[in-house]
Amino acid sequence: MNISYVHGLIGGMFIGAAAVILYWFNGRIMGVSGIASRLLARPGQDYWWRAAFILGLVLGGFIYQLKSPIAVVVDASEWVLMIAGVLVGFGTVMGNGCTSGHGICGMARLSKRSIVATLVFMMTGIVTVWLKKVVGV
Amino acid sequence: MVIIMALVSGLMMSIGLIVSGMVNPLKVIGFLDLFGHFDPTLAFVMVGALGVAAIGYRLVGCSKPLLCESFDLPKKSKIDAPLILGAALFGIGWGLAGFCPAPAIVGLGLGLPKALLFVCAMLVGMFLARRWALRL
Repeated sequence: MNISYVHGLIGGMFIGAAAVILYWFNGRIMGVSGIASRLLARPGQDYWWRAAFILGLVLGGFIYQLKSPIAVVVDASEWVLMIAGVLVGFGTVMGNGCTSGHGICGMARLSKRSIVATLVFMMTGIVTVWLKKVVGV
Repeated sequence: MVIIMALVSGLMMSIGLIVSGMVNPLKVIGFLDLFGHFDPTLAFVMVGALGVAAIGYRLVGCSKPLLCESFDLPKKSKIDAPLILGAALFGIGWGLAGFCPAPAIVGLGLGLPKALLFVCAMLVGMFLARRWALRL
């Protein structure tokens, strides 16, 4: 088996464990888009754990990069990234979730909404990647 | 304690995304490239994550979380238009960039200028959607 599949499986288990930790201890669903977007609201009771979670994401990347630098190639141009970013931000707030909240946490709870959302974003993602190649972006 | 465990969860998530290669947009786009150079890694990530999360969610022994009063689960159960439309828009952005919210935020820590650009645009999108939702 391709080694990157093994890494995928192990990394995936870490992601699952992160979701379980947040649920067992804090009683929360690990939906990254929801956690991030609610930081835009006026700071309330839940503000600081959300900020801490996001800080953990950034810090994890930072520490990893110090210890064993990895090369990440971002192919998309600046324009495409800006349009994509707005679509991802708007879409995840409107649809109440992204890959983590719907794709992992929601599907693990067998939520119908999450299963439908995951199928929809996978489908439009696949069509977008195909169209990009046809158009040549 | 609630704050510390959220930090631990974020760190764990970050490591998972890096180890699995999902911080790399090309791997994500490879998965979505069903009709081209298909890369199934993301499916393995989903299997690992869903397996652990599904078992973990079911193993909860007590009626409340260890650090607070109650579990906070999404209350909506109806499949409505905003869910479908929102997910569809998200998928288009995801396919365009190869980034979804978590890997892009991890990308900030990795020091990727393009991740910063994406996250800023994402926050603008989130802000607009929140404004728009409040008007409904």
